[in-house]
Amino acid sequence: MGLAGGLTIGIAGAIYLLGAGRIMGASGIIGGLVDGSGRDTALDRLWFLAGLIATPAILMALFGLSPHTNASSAPAVLVLAGVLVGVGTRLANGCTSGHGVCGLSRLSPRAIVATALYISAGMLAMAVLRHIWGVI
Amino acid sequence: MLRSMISLLSGGLFGAGLMISGMTDTTRVQGWLDIFGAWDPTLAFVLGGALLPMALAWRLTRAGRPLAGGRFPAPATPTPDRALIVGSVIFGFGWALAGLCPGPALASLGFGGWQGILFVAAMIAGMWMAPRLRLVLDRRPAKA
Repeated sequence: MGLAGGLTIGIAGAIYLLGAGRIMGASGIIGGLVDGSGRDTALDRLWFLAGLIATPAILMALFGLSPHTNASSAPAVLVLAGVLVGVGTRLANGCTSGHGVCGLSRLSPRAIVATALYISAGMLAMAVLRHIWGVI
Repeated sequence: MLRSMISLLSGGLFGAGLMISGMTDTTRVQGWLDIFGAWDPTLAFVLGGALLPMALAWRLTRAGRPLAGGRFPAPATPTPDRALIVGSVIFGFGWALAGLCPGPALASLGFGGWQGILFVAAMIAGMWMAPRLRLVLDRRPAKA
């Protein structure tokens, strides 16, 4: 399912690039609405977000799926993680979709550096948080 | 109108792909980062699968224009700056902590319960703070 889902994500990015001429990065699409830098393209961004948020819910209803996010139920963990992800992706100008999928596929040097760093930092954090401190 | 339909379709496929691939399940993402535990390689297949259509699409941007008009993105800039490096490390820590990055977090808003909503609210707050932090990072002179 990983490969099939991945191909679907890639096709979504290809349609956005060839159709709208834009890079499909989740953090950039919502971040541009948050800080006002994407005001000129606000409508495209809102339509994209509408599709992104509505489709999983529609698929669930159609196919009777009940996916779980298995997310932490500790509010402090969710808030800290959310702030770090929000600040980090906007400073880096991209996340897993923008740098990972769209940037790597055109061998962008910035995307390669960003992806190597956030995966390494994530693996290091996981090693410390789970195996040394045992908190997650 | 065409741009809006393209955006809606693309967002919808992105959400479907995230759900099909299992990337809205935080245990899968944390499992990918957990190289010292029960490592879950799924994310590599998701990323690999996504790179194929995108690499083809980038080749097609060498000629012509986007379907809905305008221009294709400018060529990638070569040099990583301090904000890119600091930001990516901060993002990686947050990603590991909750197992959520922006796409899956948004995709799970409809079914992820209060946890997803709280995460996205905090992420938006972080995104709002980022431009102020960037000013600080850009102001400090670089040490050679």
